[in-house]
Amino acid sequence: MSEAALSRLKQQFGAAILETSSSFGDETAVVDATRWKEIALFLRDDSKLAFDMPIDLCGVDYPERSPRMEVVLHVYSTSLRHRLRLKARVGDDEMNGAELDSLVAVWSGVEWLERETYDMSGVTFRGHPDLRRILMYPEFEGHPLRRDYAANRTQPLIPYRTESEAGVPLEKLAPFGPDEGMSFGRNPHLPSHSEN
Amino acid sequence: MGEVTRTVTIEGNEQGFATTKLDALLSWARKYSLFQYPFVTACCGMEFMAAVSPRFDIARFGAEAPRFSPRQSDVLWVVGTISQRQAPVLRRIYEQMMEPKWVIAFGTCASCGGFYDNYTTVPGLDKIIPCDVYIPGCPPRPEAVFDGLMLLQDKIASGDRSPGVVKPRQDPALAKSDLVTLRTSAGRAE
Repeated sequence: MSEAALSRLKQQFGAAILETSSSFGDETAVVDATRWKEIALFLRDDSKLAFDMPIDLCGVDYPERSPRMEVVLHVYSTSLRHRLRLKARVGDDEMNGAELDSLVAVWSGVEWLERETYDMSGVTFRGHPDLRRILMYPEFEGHPLRRDYAANRTQPLIPYRTESEAGVPLEKLAPFGPDEGMSFGRNPHLPSHSEN
Repeated sequence: MGEVTRTVTIEGNEQGFATTKLDALLSWARKYSLFQYPFVTACCGMEFMAAVSPRFDIARFGAEAPRFSPRQSDVLWVVGTISQRQAPVLRRIYEQMMEPKWVIAFGTCASCGGFYDNYTTVPGLDKIIPCDVYIPGCPPRPEAVFDGLMLLQDKIASGDRSPGVVKPRQDPALAKSDLVTLRTSAGRAE
């Protein structure tokens, strides 16, 4: 579908396009993170590309890679009806340097998407007008979609009731065990795990 | 269901008076006029709407009137997933309700967090506030909801504040005789 867009991007930016791939109509370009905003502006303003609509922006953590965090942007052109996926890789093992230029000046619609990526993955967007958490609460520590965020770590805003307070056992009452069909909880102390 | 024993003493005499215990009379009145506060957060709300709408008709149990102020409500229906971010709101709403008050956990998420065993979800509203009746199901059928409501009514009548869980029914109906046949006004089976 948009292989033409991919070749146009390669022709314009050359070495800044690190990798491209194309499968089943999905065109992907991995680009130099330092030229992220420049490339986005070109995607929007070039008459043969005319990507006027950001669809999604998110972060994907690959702890075994360096840089480990991949920021993925999907854009769509409502006039030319083609799509492109743009990726940039940032951040070392400790997530130092996980920064990108904000694209809010390019597409104002990415403002909340960048906040979400910041909230979930901890990527900082330089020049973002209001870079706060958007899904989690301000008291939340860490970034839950990073692979090193412990899967069972919760951060309750109010303390849980204790069993002595409640006067009844709070660790799941029957039938919230295996017979409920919901036995794929992670807590190993629950009967659903010890029995299976 | 229906295991709870109730004693309402009614004595008649020649003058046509009946006497009963005040507690029993109050409980009897309360169990048939449960004003609800629906705290609906997720997809279980669809099944809640079905339970409230005319086909299943929660009004038969005197529990249909929603009050969107917790101060006027008797039953807090927690319908759906409770996220950590909502937990303080839910507790505040519960604290604002007037005594006597009851809480129903509608669906598996409200009861125990369901499959949302992660950083964002409260693993059951009983971690935050007391709960009277748990209705498991993802989502529960309206029949299970009414089982839960009747269980709560039994508990109100008998003054029992221990938590109860709705038991699963045989579902789906296995024998043809268990099925309900709907008929149109022309008498034709649908």
